[in-house]
Amino acid sequence: MILSHKTWSVYIIGVALVLLFLTNISIGSVSIPLAKVVATIFSFNDGSDTIASIIWQLRVPKAVTCVLAGAALSIAGLLMQTLFRNPLAGPDVLGLSSGASLMVAFVLLIGTSSASYLPAVSPWSLAVAASLGSGVIFLIVIAIAHRVRDNTSLLIIGLMIAAASGSLVSVLQYLSKAQDLQAFVIWTLGSVGGTHWSEILILLLLLLIGGTIAITSVKALNAWLLGDNYARSLGINIKKSRLMIVLATSLLAGGVTAFCGPIAFVGLAVPHLIRLLIPTTNHKVLIPMVSVGGAALLLLCDIMAQVPGSSNILPLNAITSMIGAPVVIWVVMRSRGVKM
Amino acid sequence: MNRAPLTTKNLSIGYPGLPVLFDDLNLSLYKGKLVCFMGPNGIGKSTLIRTLAGMHHPLKGEVNGISNRNIAVVLTERVNAGMMTAKELVSFGRYPYLGWKIKMSASDISKIDEAVELVRIGELLDKPIYELSDGQMQMVMIARALAQDTPVLLLDEPTAHLDLNNRVEIMNLLRRLAKENDKAILVSTHELDLALQTADLVWLATPQKSVRIGIQEDLVLDGSFDQVFQFKGFDLKTGKVKQEPYRKTGIHLIGEGHAYLWTKNALERNGFHIEVAAKLKLGIKTNEEKTAFEIQIDSYREKFGSIEELLNFLSKY
Repeated sequence: MILSHKTWSVYIIGVALVLLFLTNISIGSVSIPLAKVVATIFSFNDGSDTIASIIWQLRVPKAVTCVLAGAALSIAGLLMQTLFRNPLAGPDVLGLSSGASLMVAFVLLIGTSSASYLPAVSPWSLAVAASLGSGVIFLIVIAIAHRVRDNTSLLIIGLMIAAASGSLVSVLQYLSKAQDLQAFVIWTLGSVGGTHWSEILILLLLLLIGGTIAITSVKALNAWLLGDNYARSLGINIKKSRLMIVLATSLLAGGVTAFCGPIAFVGLAVPHLIRLLIPTTNHKVLIPMVSVGGAALLLLCDIMAQVPGSSNILPLNAITSMIGAPVVIWVVMRSRGVKM
Repeated sequence: MNRAPLTTKNLSIGYPGLPVLFDDLNLSLYKGKLVCFMGPNGIGKSTLIRTLAGMHHPLKGEVNGISNRNIAVVLTERVNAGMMTAKELVSFGRYPYLGWKIKMSASDISKIDEAVELVRIGELLDKPIYELSDGQMQMVMIARALAQDTPVLLLDEPTAHLDLNNRVEIMNLLRRLAKENDKAILVSTHELDLALQTADLVWLATPQKSVRIGIQEDLVLDGSFDQVFQFKGFDLKTGKVKQEPYRKTGIHLIGEGHAYLWTKNALERNGFHIEVAAKLKLGIKTNEEKTAFEIQIDSYREKFGSIEELLNFLSKY
């Protein structure tokens, strides 16, 4: 059987996801051979040896977090690009991550004085606060987007909102205690290593809710590509589907930001990388594919963040930006300006 | 059978807080008729179309027949969606009939094929839409509207920005769809020439915020068009730009058919006027695709092979 380019791409992305997942687990301050990783995972050996406990206590949660966060951010990015019909929209670009950061800053810097990373704050309250933060910013951006019709202005407004909430965060930082500040600064660098199973469960739940809303909105999302008026003429309830998309995006972006920090560029870049491999505008294909692709990309970024043979870990945001920035430049150059 | 699938009753449209655009409209679209909605730019044609399509709330009154299974639209906004193919774009016409899974049935697919055949865009289907020319894109958008399988088609300036060839093609297509497929079609346009030749009926937007309805020929003769468009140097009754006979010379033109018309056009454009008893006589002889011109002034005669040579001679006369 001859496979089409499209089918091949799907298989390649799928295989890459599995390989990256296993590699991600094997790499770290202690290097674990792939064979051992596979053996441990597939025998569900949670025995007492150190390797097994490293794998189950540290590495697997981190890899699973990568998968969930990558998928969630990429779906959020795709939804935003479609909603604004703007190829440069993304949770970090339009200020959603900043909104979440602001709320997290409130919780972390004002709430407690514990010095530990992700302190005694309940993960639920963090998730709720971050989702609320991104949701509110999203609604503000939409309200403004309704008045300014062109893409460039929207991006500039998104940047300004991000800057404004960023400055509020700085004020909070200035006023807060040193220990809290350190935890917050580490959080802003982005990390997938600080999550425990309880947080992963929340992340999974948010991904499932957000993903389900996205999948059940494929009709509206596809029609949205034609513009509000055409979508309406095809029987799409614009207000309702916009609200659903805002809800899904806020849950997805807010949840990830709560537990992993404001991870830059993944949501923006992955939809473009996937469209490059699988040229389609159909969200029925795009949503599953960007979630797999986003998971794979974040696993790769996390692998790159591990300095080989050392316990040093580079900030995740440094790596994602390194990959994301060229993608943005490429998008702008290819479309000769900011348009979809 | 309901022959008027779209009607309005005492409809007033516009934007809240701004002057009303149209007031108290009672309009009907009939199946099998191509209606051209004409008026100068900015008078509110697009707003009326969007109101009829249910995308814009009326200020007063009502529109009967708003439903995505009754009305399909082609708007002025350009669809700009990356690598969407023409076929995908056409298939959006089936969306009102699909559930959230957007799974097409055999009948959906046959409706799409039918629309593609009617508009004759078979060879464009696999192209991404950014590769389509403006004219091709407009044909694809019309196919999309047809795939929606509605009695009514509303098109907002479908021939804007197109060259003459594409404009004629689109208007002919719409006329065919009205006649052969029994569609009720409303086309807004500010381009007179095509509308005058293709419409079954004209809706003319007047400065009095109403719409005058009539056969285009009647509206030409009673001066309605002149009143609305405020022509500057264009004589609608002759269909030509007004020419001032700035040369004092009258010419007695003898001939027939197209050669006569175009020679007359050239002479008038150059300031001569046609006068039956003129001293200067110009005869046109056409045989086997060759046209010859002969000038006779008293006993002087000269022959010319083209209108250009003729004009060169006359300008020195």
